[in-house]
Amino acid sequence: MEIFWYIVLMTILTVYVILDGYDFGAGIIHLFFAKTEKDKKAITNAIGPFWDANEVWLIAGGGLLFFAFPILYAVAFSGFYLPLIMILWLLIFRAIGLELRGQVKNTMWETIWDKAFGISSLLLALFFGVALGNVVRGVNLGMVTDGIAAHDGSYFFLPLWNPTFSPHAEHLGVIDWFTLFLGVVSVVALTMHGANWIIFKTNSSLNPKLKKTVFNLNIVLLTLVITSLSIWHLIEPNPFHNFIENPWMWIFPAIAFTGLFGMFKVKSYKKDGLGFLFSSLFLFGGLTSTVASIFPNVLPSTNDTVSSLTIYNTAAGDYGLSVGVYWFVIAIVLVAIYMFIQYRVFKGKMDDVGYGEH
Amino acid sequence: MEDMIFFDRMQFAFTITFHYIFPQLTMGLSLMIVYFKWKFLRTHLVKYNDAAKFWMKIFALNFAMGVVTGIPMEFQFGTNWAKFSELTGGIIGQTLAMEGMFSFFLESSFLGLFLFGEKLLGQRLHFLTGFFVFLGSWASGFLIIATHSWMQHPVGYEILENGRFALTNFSALFSNPWLMPSFLHNQMGSVITSSFVVAGIGAFYLLSNKHSEFGKIFVKTGVIFGLVSSILVVFPTGDWTAKNMVKYQPAAFAGMEGVFETEEGGAEIVLIGQPDMENKRLDNKIAVPNVLSFLTYQSWDAEIKGLNEFDESVHPTNIPGLYYAYHIMVGLGTIFIGLMLLATIQLFRKKLYTTKWILWSLLFMIPFPYIANTTGWYTAELGRQPWLVYDLLRTVDGISPTVSSGNTLFTLLGFIGLYFLLGLLFLMLAGKIINKGPETTKLN
Repeated sequence: MEIFWYIVLMTILTVYVILDGYDFGAGIIHLFFAKTEKDKKAITNAIGPFWDANEVWLIAGGGLLFFAFPILYAVAFSGFYLPLIMILWLLIFRAIGLELRGQVKNTMWETIWDKAFGISSLLLALFFGVALGNVVRGVNLGMVTDGIAAHDGSYFFLPLWNPTFSPHAEHLGVIDWFTLFLGVVSVVALTMHGANWIIFKTNSSLNPKLKKTVFNLNIVLLTLVITSLSIWHLIEPNPFHNFIENPWMWIFPAIAFTGLFGMFKVKSYKKDGLGFLFSSLFLFGGLTSTVASIFPNVLPSTNDTVSSLTIYNTAAGDYGLSVGVYWFVIAIVLVAIYMFIQYRVFKGKMDDVGYGEH
Repeated sequence: MEDMIFFDRMQFAFTITFHYIFPQLTMGLSLMIVYFKWKFLRTHLVKYNDAAKFWMKIFALNFAMGVVTGIPMEFQFGTNWAKFSELTGGIIGQTLAMEGMFSFFLESSFLGLFLFGEKLLGQRLHFLTGFFVFLGSWASGFLIIATHSWMQHPVGYEILENGRFALTNFSALFSNPWLMPSFLHNQMGSVITSSFVVAGIGAFYLLSNKHSEFGKIFVKTGVIFGLVSSILVVFPTGDWTAKNMVKYQPAAFAGMEGVFETEEGGAEIVLIGQPDMENKRLDNKIAVPNVLSFLTYQSWDAEIKGLNEFDESVHPTNIPGLYYAYHIMVGLGTIFIGLMLLATIQLFRKKLYTTKWILWSLLFMIPFPYIANTTGWYTAELGRQPWLVYDLLRTVDGISPTVSSGNTLFTLLGFIGLYFLLGLLFLMLAGKIINKGPETTKLN
């Protein structure tokens, strides 16, 4: 039962990253590449009608985490208090930038909100990577010093950083060189993902340039991925043990690399959606490989006194989880139907939607 | 410890108060949009279709605001109330997760279809998309109030050895006697807000001689929906809700009515007065004898238990706050009925659109249903304090054990600054839509 809900939760979160990921990526492209008003318009048109529906997946993921793994939800959300609240602020600030910009026709006003939108998108991409890094690295559950836990249960509190920025310190920070490295990977990957979405959904004059950018960034991404694989053992001494014990799990990294190599051919694709498909595959494969490598842990402990949080010691009661299956199956079938209808009605390019011109 | 929970409570109160500005409009408004669309299908008068489309734009803006301010609500259960989440997540996680899965997807998907899909779908299907938006937003309200009802009146649970609550009966969450009265009461409150907004904007158009055709539709529809909902919110739904409080939370009931001591021969109903907590009495009181007993038990001399009958440890934490919240709600509710009744009379005499003082009153009244809904929620929440889960889990035992009050104050200040900007954005966008007015289209 725990495994069922774990798969459900990871699926919802992966869908969220793929969907809101292109929003963040488009924001980064907006910050660095869009020079003319026309280019900016094309980008906001491509994400405008979707962003708040995409954030619904985050709400759904949060709700399901609360329901299925309440102890993980409680321990992790209070422990990562500051970065989580800052993610909320960035999500709100980003929405404000996107929507407030068009309200006053004045260059200074527009510049301020353009930057607000772009920079918060960039920071969100960075923070989500850092968050993933924290989950892989683990935290000092129970805030143990010299073998004695300072708190009941697994509760902890992580400051934003510690002065050494080392992932091996006894009292860790949210940001260290390892988590920051994953943050950079996330920024690069989501920038490409956003570029692919813009290519997919618009006929912008930016598109040929974006295809070149995706190609160049893909070389960077490949280098980063290879580097991260070679330094992973510094964090987790035995990073591939799950894959060796369960060889079928190699399918996750295989999907990631399919996506990665598929993007090298982005310039020659006849169909504009293919690039987006491959960056989605990369995100899906990358995320699933990462969480699979620590399974069944969901938040590893860095001390020997308090045991790691797993899907088994953080789950809700059996009765609740079983009864949830009934309503979840009904709900997910309905969601699939809505999605099908929605994408059938709104297929194709978005240039003419006229978003923001109420 | 008291200091430590103060900022957590302030942050939750601030963010939920701001958040609920938006859903309370969308729930009621979606019903009125369905009405406009249905009226169009029946009469084929295109102005009703334009009215539906205009209000759906306002709905979309409020929905987006609801989403961005709603994510912090869900996160705060974990960030600030971790112990509460750990102990009760197995139960309230059910209804909260269901809300995400059943209502938000429904609402957001069909909102997009309603806004951009009219030509592709045809009129009947377009009506249906509007109906699904309504269904989604009411389902959301239902599941949130199911969660709320469990905290007010816990059912279907067992307490495990480690103090955690486990669900033992799923259907009990929905047959909870607290649920239906609160849900209907809340939904009627939401319809009042949307009625006053629709009528108020209509009055604005009539008074400023812009879009007068729509002004009349909005005023008429708003006034009729407003009268019906203002009555239903008091009787029977408000009455049921109050009787639940008498039955299950008598100390909270005494606090909200301002009954400090049990009275011989029936309790008076307090209209105005200020709680004096040092001397345990009301100052400058204006009250009508025996009415509270009658309203509660349909008997003029029935006994209402005063606060003196309960141990201080179970008294509501903030009795003056509870008392004022309740009395503001009831006072405003009375004014709503009065104004809507007068407006309806003028409507039947065919004089409403020219009775300037009523139109001005309707315009002026727009903020007040928001205040009444908010104070209504304060009544329910302050009445439950000092408990998070009534009689079982105290609020002080629900906070995150490792988050210091300094960090909470930091994030509270951040939310205040950010929501100020968000409020500014909302007013600009809403003002723009309202100023532009409904678009008149010709149908092919």
